[in-house]
Amino acid sequence: MIQEQSLFAPGHRACAGCSMPTVVRLVLDATGPNVIVVSPTGCLEVTSTPFPESAWKVPWLHSLFENAAAVASGVETILKRQCKDTKVLVIGGDGSTFDIGMGSNSGMFERGHDIMYVCYDNEAYMNTGVQRSGSTPFCVHTTTTPSGEQSLGNPKPKKDMPAIAIAHHVPYVATASVAFPVDLRRKVKRAAELRGTSYLQINAPCITGWTFETGSTIEISRLAVETGLYPLFEFVNGKLADVKKIRPRPVTDYLKAQGRYRHLFKAPGGKEAIAAIQAIADENIANYGLAQE
Amino acid sequence: MLKVIAGGYVEPGSTQVTKTGAWRTFVPVVDQKRCSKCSLCEIYCPEGCIRMVEGLFIPDLDYCKGCSICAHECPRKAITMVLEEK
Repeated sequence: MIQEQSLFAPGHRACAGCSMPTVVRLVLDATGPNVIVVSPTGCLEVTSTPFPESAWKVPWLHSLFENAAAVASGVETILKRQCKDTKVLVIGGDGSTFDIGMGSNSGMFERGHDIMYVCYDNEAYMNTGVQRSGSTPFCVHTTTTPSGEQSLGNPKPKKDMPAIAIAHHVPYVATASVAFPVDLRRKVKRAAELRGTSYLQINAPCITGWTFETGSTIEISRLAVETGLYPLFEFVNGKLADVKKIRPRPVTDYLKAQGRYRHLFKAPGGKEAIAAIQAIADENIANYGLAQE
Repeated sequence: MLKVIAGGYVEPGSTQVTKTGAWRTFVPVVDQKRCSKCSLCEIYCPEGCIRMVEGLFIPDLDYCKGCSICAHECPRKAITMVLEEK
């Protein structure tokens, strides 16, 4: 399933054990070379293009943090005018997708451009040193929501970005995980074949922000899915079309493996917080029907 | 006079001039007898540097950062991480 020559070259500066380059390679393997990629500011932009080098073997553009979707909309409009069938991709992190680029994302969704939007979701601003983003889950320790005597980390739950995309009548909305490459590839192919906007959100663990050993990156992402905290689903024309069935594991398996949740096992109130996180997983399992019969 | 160039252009895939293998502390060693050729190491490798060469999976040590994802994910435990003496 891997192309002879990867369209994302080695020698990029992503941390050892980072899942983001794997996500990018899997996405580009599925789309093939006939694409133009637009990236907002983020880990991907910084690590893939240290001037005067570039890891990209497909046309790639970077403008600003907030306007990747607007730039991609322009590229798509011109391609349409030129009658070219090149697919336009946005590959960006959760900071630009959930927070900073929200306005231009909303515009792109609303206008219905033929663009595939891929968000590699590492659940905080990792590039600048682990600040909380809209994607950061409940009770996560980040540098702007530190855990301590007065706090158990991020007080807010994760923003439901797929629901926001669905509310814009985006025809194809899906979540995927780097730990399930076959599922990811199928979803990217489906989004690439579609004529219209699609939104793909891919769980991508960050070793420095989530704090775990470099080798367990894929294992952590698998646990996120298997506990029900990161449900994998597909919405086609606003209707739930498919989910990845799981045999639910307790959320503590997932939480224990990461330093960003370490305080929950020590601090007073941690037990209640873990129960609240389990409730989030249970709600996902019930809402999307994730449990295997 | 200072010449200002808007935007920049660089060669595709040119990060390959930087050999990130220098970052490595542990090196993956593949036990080819145990390997079942499932290619999971190739799929998961963030560098895309463990590839099939003449029927065997061989890591490209020019770029391998020694993250040990391949060793961790190998279902046959055919890859071990060994401290590298440089």
